[in-house]
Amino acid sequence: MIEPTVYDLSSPGRHGPLLPVLDVPEAPLPDGYLREDLLLPELSELDTVRHFVRLSQRNMGIDTNFYPLGSCTMKYNPKVNEKAAGLAGFTDLHPLQDAEMTQGAMQLLLELQVYLAEISGFDAVTLQPAAGAQGELTGVLMMRKYQLDRGETQRTKILVPDSAHGTNPATTTMSGLQVVELPSSPRGNLDLEALKANLDDTVVGLMLTNPNTLGLFEERILEITQLVHEAGGLVYGDGANMNAIVGVVKPADLGIDVMHFNLHKTFSTPHGGGGPGAGPVGVVAKLAPFLPGPVVSVEHIPDDFDDEEEHVHFDEDGDDFRLIWHMPSKSIGRVRSYYGNFGVLVRAYTYIRMHGAPGLRRIAENAVLNANYLKARLQQEASYPVAFGDRICMHEFVAQGILEGAPDIHTMDIAKRLMDYGFHPPTVYFPLIVREALMIEPTETESKATLDAFADAMIQIAREAREEPELLKDAPHSAPVKRLDEVRAARQMILCRC
Amino acid sequence: MAYKFDATARYAESHDWARVEGDVVVCGISDYAQHALSDVVFIELPSAGKTVTKGDVYSTVESVKAAEQVYAPVSGEIVAVNDDLESTPELINEDPYGAAWIIKVKPSDPGQFDELMDAAAYETFLSEHE
Repeated sequence: MIEPTVYDLSSPGRHGPLLPVLDVPEAPLPDGYLREDLLLPELSELDTVRHFVRLSQRNMGIDTNFYPLGSCTMKYNPKVNEKAAGLAGFTDLHPLQDAEMTQGAMQLLLELQVYLAEISGFDAVTLQPAAGAQGELTGVLMMRKYQLDRGETQRTKILVPDSAHGTNPATTTMSGLQVVELPSSPRGNLDLEALKANLDDTVVGLMLTNPNTLGLFEERILEITQLVHEAGGLVYGDGANMNAIVGVVKPADLGIDVMHFNLHKTFSTPHGGGGPGAGPVGVVAKLAPFLPGPVVSVEHIPDDFDDEEEHVHFDEDGDDFRLIWHMPSKSIGRVRSYYGNFGVLVRAYTYIRMHGAPGLRRIAENAVLNANYLKARLQQEASYPVAFGDRICMHEFVAQGILEGAPDIHTMDIAKRLMDYGFHPPTVYFPLIVREALMIEPTETESKATLDAFADAMIQIAREAREEPELLKDAPHSAPVKRLDEVRAARQMILCRC
Repeated sequence: MAYKFDATARYAESHDWARVEGDVVVCGISDYAQHALSDVVFIELPSAGKTVTKGDVYSTVESVKAAEQVYAPVSGEIVAVNDDLESTPELINEDPYGAAWIIKVKPSDPGQFDELMDAAAYETFLSEHE
């Protein structure tokens, strides 16, 4: 059933609060200010509460259902993160307070910079970007400025594999650079010959996601990064799939020069509409001067410094120091107001501290194990094809909605039918290089029982596809609305009721 | 899956077709490409007068599933653009070789047309890559 709008629920004269009796002289609004055309809904408080509670109950999220959205890492967000972020010392801060008054918050940011650097192997980290895509833009603008700073003004191209997230070519274009698409090899990795053929002195760098969007580790990553470096280029690492390697592999050790982290993926901060996001960027030393600022850094205070009263000091190895905001020398500038999405950074910090190094490693191990378990069940028990399915996958895999004996069934039908089983559909029709793609990422936070329930549903749906295809074609049956006409919605866009 | 082919057109591996009409080469996307995209909802068109090089992206076609780039099968100057596609992108699904031509190019190297696959070779290419 469709929930009526507040306008449908409106009844003339109904209202929530009772205004107190007027105890001052009445002063009518001047002519022209009182609008007759402003239609405000009239509802009681209880009507309003019920309306919004009903809407909220229709939310589907990780707290209500399994949500295996490939490449999005929809893992559980531990509630302790919220508890930490809700501490008064964090929530009552104002970004315009002096650094002297916010040394504790700055210490948290500094430590988060250090943790992310340690996890990734990079030399410096900025916490400023407000999302993964903004982190990408930050990274590519730095790569561009680095090349310009070296006088390499003829470098205008970025190489992007055909399996990349759409944000990679979009970032390149936003940075004023030109995209060169590279094909994938028969193993589902980057085609090395195509890479070599395109590497010349017009290339700013390569953007690479490892593992890639097929859920496959780049087997020849060291050769790839070496080739790019020899050609004078830089390697951008898209950190979207970091959940597969966190605590196991350091991207900098693979030859990656710059990478963004999606804190709302790997580090369990709220995702999507529950955001905002955060996309810190890590870099090797030669790119550190180009980082956007401000970043937190440590300023050591000499022993003879006579102005101690004005500054908060910390004691570390007997040295006095304070934390300062610092703008790197060749910075690309600011990419966001103030200091990034601070509340999100507190959550990621909490998550890292709750896990510790061994715990972070177990995240990747279990994410990969869960994905391979689901992949094996779907391949063996329901004969869903899996792209490059003979390989071990990482944290996700790309199945295909192509079932023998059900020629009219498509991925969209399977995805819609999954909703009737209480599961959020996986990512569909991405990556583009796989036909009828169903990109499944279970994450490490799901139990075997949940994985089995999902696999059972997929197996049952494969049976339905052959025996009762109309069940899939007409799905969803249990959702508040039937299948939406996406084509009509896109062709006849009405974005506003007014 | 049986796809339609225009016997008079030539095809690129990127699923673009080209057809000689007088002194221009008419370009569009193949029936296979429109099938793979599903219902097209938007097309970004280039402007006439622009010069393209073979292999350049000259347009982007969007469906509810994907946004795909369209590559020039030959080099030359764009002399006409099919503006009807802006208001009726569904033509690409309905008539990919006819009403849904995208651009007309005055070729700078007429030999490039002959390098493209003919319909039979493209059909074989598709069957090998399906």
